[in-house]
Amino acid sequence: MIYQGKQNIWSDYQKEIPHDHWFYVRSCIRQSFFPASEYFFVKIVRDLLGKDLYESKHHTTCGGIAYHCDTIPQETAMTIVARQFALMTEAGYKNLVASCITSFGNYTETLETWREFPELEARIRENLWKACRREFEKPEYVAHASDIVYMLRNEIAEKAKVRLIDKTTGEPLRIVEHIGCHYSKMFPHKGVGGAEYPCVLSGMVESWGGQVIDYPERRHCCGFGFRQYLVKANRGYSVSNTHKKFESMEPYHPDAIITNCPGCPYFLDRWQYVISEQTGKTYGRDGFGIPVFTYEELAGLVLGYDPWDLGLQVHQVAVEPFLDKLGVAYDPDAKYLGVNKEELLKPTLPTVLKCF
Amino acid sequence: MPDFGFSLSKSSSVSLDSLDLGLYGELERLEPGVKTCMACGSCSAACTASVWSGMSVRKLILNLQRGKDVEKMLGSCMLCGKCSMVCPRGINTRHLILSLCRIYKKQ
Ligand code: SF4
Ligand code: SF4
Repeated sequence: MIYQGKQNIWSDYQKEIPHDHWFYVRSCIRQSFFPASEYFFVKIVRDLLGKDLYESKHHTTCGGIAYHCDTIPQETAMTIVARQFALMTEAGYKNLVASCITSFGNYTETLETWREFPELEARIRENLWKACRREFEKPEYVAHASDIVYMLRNEIAEKAKVRLIDKTTGEPLRIVEHIGCHYSKMFPHKGVGGAEYPCVLSGMVESWGGQVIDYPERRHCCGFGFRQYLVKANRGYSVSNTHKKFESMEPYHPDAIITNCPGCPYFLDRWQYVISEQTGKTYGRDGFGIPVFTYEELAGLVLGYDPWDLGLQVHQVAVEPFLDKLGVAYDPDAKYLGVNKEELLKPTLPTVLKCF
Repeated sequence: MPDFGFSLSKSSSVSLDSLDLGLYGELERLEPGVKTCMACGSCSAACTASVWSGMSVRKLILNLQRGKDVEKMLGSCMLCGKCSMVCPRGINTRHLILSLCRIYKKQ
């Protein structure tokens, strides 16, 4: 009896993620911040693991950024979301998977609001019909793309070319995970592990051989916070948030950070440069920073894809020391070659943070 | 250093291991009710002095729990007692302020 009760409680923290047939919606900002991540998500999930993943060329922004910046009202954001649902319905899919954490939060918030206020759903259906003569079925399941990679983590581990092990010491690499707030804090029960045991990223790290590092500010925001960054006068708040996290994780000497949000890897990566210029401090070894990866990039490395094809040259923090620990081969001269092997412009190197 | 147009703010994080909680401990001894404060802020909302002076019993209690000095804030209180009337935990906040004044005077 008690055991069953415990099982019931534990089942609240599990997510029954459907195994196949997904309507995939991309992120606006990830494609410019970490251009290869979504490409590799599709490559791994569809081409390598054979899942049915469908994309529509008619998909647009979800409106999440404008909504969280208070530049459009919620009804407008909901109508945009309703149009994406209509595209999914027209394509014959029932499961929606969002690449962006803010989109995931936006879709979930819309569905939860409609559940509480059905009259609002009716009004949005009317708006959508008036705007573009479209109708929709609500998705049966909304997942974030990291849920899918979490679900497939063991299949990825089976095909792994390298494991997250330090080649020189044989010890597991020390990885800090950072889960996006719009995944884990808006509707915690919609994420893997809920609020108490959020394991969407730590599950991947452990399956691929790494060691997850705990530290006091683990659940602190990355610092993006939308208007904290987008209004220049507020950017001090954003960088101070990130600084707090780095100060807190520093004594635990992480080798890398894994994230599942568009904003987190961007700010945790780029602010290391700003902090180094403002305080003279870097957080990795020998003047380097701590590299920050999206879960697709880390999955790609584990599966043996070329680091430069994975887009790791657009990171601010040099990834080479991590690649060396991992034992991944790379060509330093090919770092700033584009996909067509044409020379890209080389960035100016920072004065404090060591980069290549 | 490049001019970014913004800078780092001082961290507000506190280390519970290195705090001096002597003042709060003394207050807790005189006013055990302070332990039940849930930081709801009703006292600050009711306070007439808060608008012009920033007086806030809630902030006062939180600051003491973080080992900070609150003597300056005490000077803004008019001892009207409105905060005691609204506290859902029934803390006699006016008396708490008086006790705190006594502690400071003894120092
Ligand atoms: S007693 Fe002091 S703190 Fe309380 S309401 Fe009056 S002025 Fe404000
Ligand atoms: S009203 Fe009472 S419980 Fe609420 S913050 Fe003030 S002292 Fe604390």
